[in-house]
Amino acid sequence: MALLEVRNLSVDFATTSGTFRAVDGFDLTLDKGDITAVVGESGSGKSVAFLAMMGLLPWTATITSDQLTFDGNDLRGISPRKRRQIIGKDMSMIFQEPMTSLNPCYTVGFQIKEALRIHLGMDRKERHARAIELFEQVGIPAPETRLSAFPHQMSGGMNQRVMIAMAIACKPKLLIADEPTTALDVTIQAQILELLTSLQEETGMALVLITHDMGVVAETAERVSVQYAGQKVEMQDVRSLFATPHHPYTAALLAALPERATTKHLPTIPGVVPGQFDRPAGCLFSPRCAHADERCRTVAPPVGGPELGFARCHYPLNVAQEESV
Amino acid sequence: MTEPVLIAENLTQEYVLKGGLFGQDRIVRALTGASFSLEAGKTLAVVGESGCGKSTLARCITMIEEPVAGSFVLDGTKAGPDTHDKLRTTVQIVFQDPYGSLNPRQRCGQILEEPLVINRPEMSAEERTRRAREMLELVGLRPEHFDRYPHMFSGGQRQRIAVGRALMLEPKVLVLDEPVSALDLSIQSQILNLLVDLQERLGLAYLFISHDLSVVKHVADDVIVMYLGRPVEVGSKEAIFSHQRHPYTKALLSATPIADPTLRKERIKLVGELPSPVNIPPGCPFSPRCWKATDKCRTERPELEGQPHAVACHFPE
Repeated sequence: MALLEVRNLSVDFATTSGTFRAVDGFDLTLDKGDITAVVGESGSGKSVAFLAMMGLLPWTATITSDQLTFDGNDLRGISPRKRRQIIGKDMSMIFQEPMTSLNPCYTVGFQIKEALRIHLGMDRKERHARAIELFEQVGIPAPETRLSAFPHQMSGGMNQRVMIAMAIACKPKLLIADEPTTALDVTIQAQILELLTSLQEETGMALVLITHDMGVVAETAERVSVQYAGQKVEMQDVRSLFATPHHPYTAALLAALPERATTKHLPTIPGVVPGQFDRPAGCLFSPRCAHADERCRTVAPPVGGPELGFARCHYPLNVAQEESV
Repeated sequence: MTEPVLIAENLTQEYVLKGGLFGQDRIVRALTGASFSLEAGKTLAVVGESGCGKSTLARCITMIEEPVAGSFVLDGTKAGPDTHDKLRTTVQIVFQDPYGSLNPRQRCGQILEEPLVINRPEMSAEERTRRAREMLELVGLRPEHFDRYPHMFSGGQRQRIAVGRALMLEPKVLVLDEPVSALDLSIQSQILNLLVDLQERLGLAYLFISHDLSVVKHVADDVIVMYLGRPVEVGSKEAIFSHQRHPYTKALLSATPIADPTLRKERIKLVGELPSPVNIPPGCPFSPRCWKATDKCRTERPELEGQPHAVACHFPE
């Protein structure tokens, strides 16, 4: 059985100007040991989908889904008490901004030991030993002394390591990394990504990498899901996605990468991601798509089969594995 | 060869960190010995990690701050407190965050007109408005955007307004401090194209500050790599990207992820983090993290040497 099974997950936010659908029909199946990347621009609902699974959304959010199971537990009707036993232990998350995600009032040692105390019921001595072990594992120098440091006394890279140590403290089955390296410099980013993939290999956990950086995706992920305006538009193996994207959005996104440029002018995607008030009727990408016609603007496209990378498009590209457009 | 519009020599900036009642004051050496020249129509990129002095350099060049040592010549005039007034219109800056750099209480038109109100007080209101509307078109915005407030625009459009505002005084040098790093990929390419177009049309010189090497590779003509406030390698884009001479540049390039899953490359793993600019290690500042460091590196500071591809390393490649 799959570790995580999500079918048709939608998240609506009640706002003063009506409901806003942030995630629309999100599907994901994860097995033990998978490394999946979720890519999309800001506002594409990639973080919200996973926050919904963790149960961390505010009360204004309405979460609906056909199926939402994690490790045999149905997360839809789960009691808060039961949920607290799962999240942070079997399913944990690394948040985007290490500087703001840690509590500034407590030492990092207290914060990491808290998780060990509540989830694993270790005694004081065991907790201390485990915390030091974790800090060593994530590459924090002088772990004994660092345990009594406050978040503001450490750099962003160190705080991110603390976040990772906290997330893996209880040996989770699923680790969700939400933009784990966006706030960091490239040399530190390389260290953190290396750390995450090596941890994944050691423990065999499933890893979800939420990011907008195509370079990070290419170097770490095995499978990629592309999100646009709350919908999953395409999902493929990383190599085939970069070689033969089926959805025009993925193709345009890849073409816009500066390193793929052949001329001084980059290919662009005109317009912006639709917001709450200008959501198009048919395909959500149609106003910005180079291949859109009348049918795209009026009829919502179906989800394609696995041979098309589940592309949500009337006219998927590279159908017969021809050269890309 | 044309005369460079900007020549900087040994720019140095230091900040004093108050030690408190009993502590000693400490000095942050944010920028040390930055020298370069920039020609009209060219782009000079400054790359490095956070804390390497990129933004300090931008603040010195735009005369937001006075450097403690060194000098620079802008368009034939040496910059100093007495010439600041005149020179400030020849160099303008675009900041990283288009959400923070525009006044939310001003309309787009007012934002564009403000530099003229302050620096060209003799200009009539109609003339100002006319120029602002021209600028709006130049940076790819629509005329109806003139009366809108910044919150009504997307990030990319705001960055267009910020670029437009910087160009209102017809500067010769534009300092771009991470102009696209806050933007999404699809918007990033639009702004990069706009910058390329404007450079061609107006013959602007860009000082392009970025940490994203793939963007730098796309826009730059020359590159300065900085580490802990010092330039460690200077050269043309082709030279820097094809043949790195400084170990730090090599490590930086190998750490940058490349969007091609078929490419498996050897990555140089740097140990440790950037030291604090308060206590810069003696000798070569990169020596504690360098895999080639010897005793000489730890005691003697290498100077930036070599033409045209200069490097500050005892054992360059």
